[in-house]
Amino acid sequence: MRKHIILLASLLMSVSLLTGCHGSQGSQEFTVPENFDTSREYEVTFWAKNDTNKTQTDIYEKAIKDFEAIYPNVHVNMRLYTDYGRIYNDVITNIATKTTPNVCITYPDHIATYLTGDNVVVPLDDLFADAKYGLGGTDVAFDSVGQNEIAEEFLEECAFDGHYYAIPYMRSTEAVYINKTYVEKLGYEVPDILTWDFMFEVAEAAMKKEGENFVVNGQKVMIPIIYKSTDNMMIQMLKQKDAGYSNEDGEILLFNDTTKELLYMIAEHAKTGAFSTFKISSYPANFLDAGQCIFAIDSTAGATWMGTYAPLSDISADKFVEFETAVRPVPQFDVNNPKMISQGPSICVFNKSDTQEVLASWLFAQYLLTNDVQIAYAETEGYVPVTTKAQESDTYQEYLSLSGTDNNQHYDIKIQASELLLNNIQNTFVTPVFNGSTSLRDASGQLIENVTKSVRRNEKVDDAYIENLYSSVASLYHLDQATGNASVSGEKADLGPLPSASKALLITLVIVWILIGAYYLYLNQKKKASS
Amino acid sequence: MKKLFKSVLTLSLVAGLAACGSSSSAAGSAASAASEATEATTGDDGVKSEGVMTYAEYAAADLDTQVVVETYVQAKQGWWENSATIYTQDKDGGYFIYGMPISQEDYDKLVPGQKIKVTGYKSEWSGEVEITDATYEIEDGNYIAPALDVTDLLGKDELINHQNQFVSFTGMTVEPIGDDAAYLYNWDGSGTEGDDLYFNVSKDGNTYQFTVESYLCGADTDVYKAVKELAVGDVINMEGFLYWYEGANPHITKVTK
Repeated sequence: MRKHIILLASLLMSVSLLTGCHGSQGSQEFTVPENFDTSREYEVTFWAKNDTNKTQTDIYEKAIKDFEAIYPNVHVNMRLYTDYGRIYNDVITNIATKTTPNVCITYPDHIATYLTGDNVVVPLDDLFADAKYGLGGTDVAFDSVGQNEIAEEFLEECAFDGHYYAIPYMRSTEAVYINKTYVEKLGYEVPDILTWDFMFEVAEAAMKKEGENFVVNGQKVMIPIIYKSTDNMMIQMLKQKDAGYSNEDGEILLFNDTTKELLYMIAEHAKTGAFSTFKISSYPANFLDAGQCIFAIDSTAGATWMGTYAPLSDISADKFVEFETAVRPVPQFDVNNPKMISQGPSICVFNKSDTQEVLASWLFAQYLLTNDVQIAYAETEGYVPVTTKAQESDTYQEYLSLSGTDNNQHYDIKIQASELLLNNIQNTFVTPVFNGSTSLRDASGQLIENVTKSVRRNEKVDDAYIENLYSSVASLYHLDQATGNASVSGEKADLGPLPSASKALLITLVIVWILIGAYYLYLNQKKKASS
Repeated sequence: MKKLFKSVLTLSLVAGLAACGSSSSAAGSAASAASEATEATTGDDGVKSEGVMTYAEYAAADLDTQVVVETYVQAKQGWWENSATIYTQDKDGGYFIYGMPISQEDYDKLVPGQKIKVTGYKSEWSGEVEITDATYEIEDGNYIAPALDVTDLLGKDELINHQNQFVSFTGMTVEPIGDDAAYLYNWDGSGTEGDDLYFNVSKDGNTYQFTVESYLCGADTDVYKAVKELAVGDVINMEGFLYWYEGANPHITKVTK
């Protein structure tokens, strides 16, 4: 039921190409009104994303109801999505018709594309700082969080081009959900932090068969490693290797020799069947829970699907097997310097001609940072609240302390996933945001997907293959036609010969300077002669 | 079911309304055409060209190997930016073509019944066997598969032999889902209008979950509207495609009481 990943990828590529057309659709720059006019009625459209999780939609609905009770003159209309890509698509479409929502859940990468339109997204700096209606503002009618109460690392992820364009809503990272029982059965102990080598070694050991069945699980199916998000896989591996991916200027550095080495490593284990991906096989959780996977790598926000007692599942009850689950950070190349991605939804506010409407939107966005919303939503998955105020609250601390006391709200795997991030916030990173960074992310995953598919189909993966892969993926994602501040390079680009107009201008400048010099010398000579 | 990626299907707005009948769609209806047919119609002799697999050979082929089949379009589930997902079938079995690169012009030629030759790789995703990374040739020939009644095979191992085929289910009773509803938007009720519809139906004491796949049959189709009119206890007949996701997961295209 994943279906149509390809369609999404194509769509994202296509919309990124359309973005250049939006500049003329801009609105006036937003300025914070002196006062919020509560005598007027406001309609605020909110595009929300949930993980196909009814509890999450219930929390959104409650948040809206509670907010409307505080601000009866503001009416929030929610539209639900289960996919960031679709929100992105719809926003892009609606920028052109000036029918964007007022508030939406999004990724900073996507905002970078929205920003190609003039004044489409409201820079939040002035709103943050506004004494009355800003973060912790005096005239905010609920318990507003102060800017210093938002986790600094998470807030900084929403800043680019010198401005804050979003506020974080929830944060997650990736985790390895491990069938510890099988790892030990294979003669290994699960370390606190896995290396890639360790994981691949155990995975290869798990490929041993007797007859048609794998020894470790006695089943016909065993895919020891399944990675959900291969773009994250490549991005984190490159970061851990301190290798190129992109830089703040939007220069694309992905297609380098370290990437090639990593692809060879992945190919080696994909060929034996020890490694596969979500796009090729299916959700890691489905295989993990059925005892057909040992290392399921997925978001911490997918923790409720992992393990023998997972409260959510797509497989039938009779397919579950009994095993102990361990939750660990993503594998590392250097366990003493772990690096893991920070991800999760953020909130942006769209500009409108009515500044009062924007202010109403901002107040609602800000309401989503209150403890009631933050804690409730974080508890639905292995998310972490983005405010220290919520993280440190008695309510949230009690929630964490009750880990494992039941297999629903306090499901131990879910809470362990949240704690993984809480304990590693300082080890998280994000990739540079620029117009085109979404395509680059997709391309990085596509490299892994293609290599994995190719070796499964007995195609030869060598230098020539990689060279061709780099070229085709760069073309597919239009990275070879980068516009704006994005360019593809591992080195400085050869810009070719100067245009003739430029040459003429330079020649003219040289002649002018020569004439100025000559005139100065003439004046000097004349002065000497007269004296 | 998580179905995180299912929602992505809505991106393909030009998608597969054709399968489901729609008051607002002028597109032809493969499923409807099939349901109204008293017998299969063929425009060719059904003999495979040289180098083309029979369905038996296709079924026996290993995963991740190249396959070449001649088959007939039954319904289109989506198209976007030169890529399409299509239910196809010959007289012996069904072939689900996933994400096949195709131009809009050729996509429009793939009307229900149209014969195509497909070369791609046999793949499996959560039990769904499909052809991926495919190329195609449009050929002369026409075949609309009749709906095969598989009601008696529900819950039995033999059902998988009809995976991806156009099938029917008869005399099934609508059972409650979620908080005693007749249907839900998304598997857990987390969706809204336009998302997939999930509903439970039973036969002989066993309950099964069926789906109206919103990209195959969107909110303006007859089947989408019909499911929203269902009440618990209704006895209904259904037609659709026998999709697979961790077990049978029929994508229903028609519901009648």
